Amino acid sequence: MIRFIYADDLDDNPILRDSMLRDRAVQFRHRLGWDVAVDREGRERDQYDACNPLYVIATDETERCHLGSMRLLPTTGPTMVNDHFSDLLGGGSVESPFIWECTRFCLSPQADSTVAALLMLAGGKFLRAFDLESLVGVFDLSMLRVYRALGASPEVLGKSNEIGVGLWHFTDDAQARLARRARVDVAQLDACFERDL
Amino acid sequence: MANWYDPFLQTLEDAQDLADLQTASEQLRDLLNIDHVVYHWVSASGEQYGCGTYDPNWVRHYLEQDYLRVDPVILGCYQRFHPADWKRLDWSSKAARAFMKDAIKHGLGNQGYSIPIRGPKGQFALFTVNHSSDDAFWTTFTENHRRSLILVAYAFNQKALEFEGSADRGPQKGLSPREIDAMTLLAVGYSRAQAATALSISEHTLRVYIESARFKLGAMNTTHAVARAMSQGFIVV
Repeated sequence: MIRFIYADDLDDNPILRDSMLRDRAVQFRHRLGWDVAVDREGRERDQYDACNPLYVIATDETERCHLGSMRLLPTTGPTMVNDHFSDLLGGGSVESPFIWECTRFCLSPQADSTVAALLMLAGGKFLRAFDLESLVGVFDLSMLRVYRALGASPEVLGKSNEIGVGLWHFTDDAQARLARRARVDVAQLDACFERDL
Repeated sequence: MANWYDPFLQTLEDAQDLADLQTASEQLRDLLNIDHVVYHWVSASGEQYGCGTYDPNWVRHYLEQDYLRVDPVILGCYQRFHPADWKRLDWSSKAARAFMKDAIKHGLGNQGYSIPIRGPKGQFALFTVNHSSDDAFWTTFTENHRRSLILVAYAFNQKALEFEGSADRGPQKGLSPREIDAMTLLAVGYSRAQAATALSISEHTLRVYIESARFKLGAMNTTHAVARAMSQGFIVV
């Protein structure tokens, strides 16, 4: 199901953590060819993982195996979009306690077609629960196809040849579409959220 | 009760030092009609900085008892970034329950809502409202005021960063070209819908530009943000 878990708490579940970081290495370095650092254990980590971000992780029933994830941080502190992709915003920054950054949206090779929808549904739940305005995300442009197929395309603020910066705010329609695609009872997701946050 | 923070805004904006922030916290407590308001920043070097309406005896006692190590609010909110109702924190240990009992003895309410603040370079602070009431009242109160409380929490923090003279204070960059476009159109009287159409963006994207500009300008609402953008020379109309 879904876990909402901060980095320091995830350290108590190193099997799940490493499973996520290895899947990230596979996706970002090996499949998409991003210039990201991968350690000897095959785990991908960057400076924002050290900021105690909130991970949203789809897991198998054992809660030890990563199926998909994303990483959230408020844009009032250091963020990838402001530190590295300001030029894609036309030379500026996005900063607000009501706008959180979503990065490292990752799907495990084991993930079936429901996982991406479930993650985005969880993102929408998070926004609503805390009266937030939007998620701003840095993503590989090839992912746009995935987002579109899910019926949850971002509004693209800017892009280079490979990387896009976009906004998600998830309308009621988008949430309903995602719930169908994720084949999940929304009450179940709400229960995960209540348990974790 | 919709805009309780409007009168409070001026006090906070005019604050010149920590003593003024203290006055602002007392005014906010009275406006909200609750028991306590506290803003608290423990810097990386362990120095404490803040203001609030807790009894000074409680603050002294808290430090003497080294309650930072026991306080479930600190343990549950430190380096976390979502607002938390105290009921959702872990009060299961004997030490935590004894701490709560001691706190109530010193005039704290049984209910609390804490908003962690993530600032520049990972600066961390905490803003808390506290009250004595039943659960139903507190749930309604926090649901009604959550958004405004987050605004106020960050407003306190921006002032505190300013007083600290931190070189990292406030927004790192000025307004982006698109934020300037959005604010300019609002300043000349466009509605949000008209401004979005004029900029060929959705109203949602426009809202994000306005919100980001508002925060960088240290403003509490859109009108205030437009006025500040003009007075600070970001936009010329």
